[in-house]
Amino acid sequence: MIHLVSIVAGLLFGAGLALAQMTDPARVLGFLDLTGRWDPTLVFVLAGAVATTLISFRFVLRRPRPVFAPAFQLPTRRDIDARLIGGAVVFGVGWGVAGFCPGPGIAALALGSVVPLTFVVGLAGGMILYRFTARP
Amino acid sequence: MTIVPFEPVPALAGGILIGLAATILLWLNGRIAGISGIAAGAMEEHGGERLWRLLFLAGMIAGAGAVYVLWPAGAVLHSGLPLWAVLAAGVLVGFGTRLGSGCTSGHGVCGLGRLSPRSLIAVITFMATSIVTVFVVRHVLGVAS
Repeated sequence: MIHLVSIVAGLLFGAGLALAQMTDPARVLGFLDLTGRWDPTLVFVLAGAVATTLISFRFVLRRPRPVFAPAFQLPTRRDIDARLIGGAVVFGVGWGVAGFCPGPGIAALALGSVVPLTFVVGLAGGMILYRFTARP
Repeated sequence: MTIVPFEPVPALAGGILIGLAATILLWLNGRIAGISGIAAGAMEEHGGERLWRLLFLAGMIAGAGAVYVLWPAGAVLHSGLPLWAVLAAGVLVGFGTRLGSGCTSGHGVCGLGRLSPRSLIAVITFMATSIVTVFVVRHVLGVAS
């Protein structure tokens, strides 16, 4: 069942990204470009997504365990450290250049364009680079 | 500042779908729908831990593809960047999201939903950095990204 749930969750996630046009970097860069012609799309996407999780996670996390797994696997750290900030800065630069974050970049592979394919190759490369140079 | 034409209803509906996807993954499987973590795990883990991540990522691509089939007008992609810059940006996003333990989905959609202070700080940081980056790329360097 875990695997069926993974597929269904992935389908919904990818469909949501495409419906919201987050797979078009112009929509994302248009939101981040405050001094040009502004595109509010991402505000509605994030509002819809976070409003949903803010409500649903309250109920979900009140349960003793998930339905098909022995325990919730949640991040436990609470501290704000240099890696968190530094990583967010490096990510923000890449996001601001390409207009893709990981989810939309991967979902946009469905377009069959060389642009998301190139992004995802770089994404995998950056993760492998981290694994062999910076992982504690 | 002018506002470009946009479609609030599909954007809101898409956001709610993303939130529902994160909800069922947490409720049923106990997992956070953080795409950078899932992508890295799909490369690094083995067996069942790799399989569920690969299935989720394949589902994402199929789900987006299904929307494009049903709504061809939404299947658009505009990018004015040379491919080497897209590649370099991908490397920064891959490295940065691992170093910072998450991206827009893990810290944004799920972390904010859990009221995590770390995620709130991460979201503010990468939003601010990306806004400055777009300003530099488009209005200082003059690149039509």
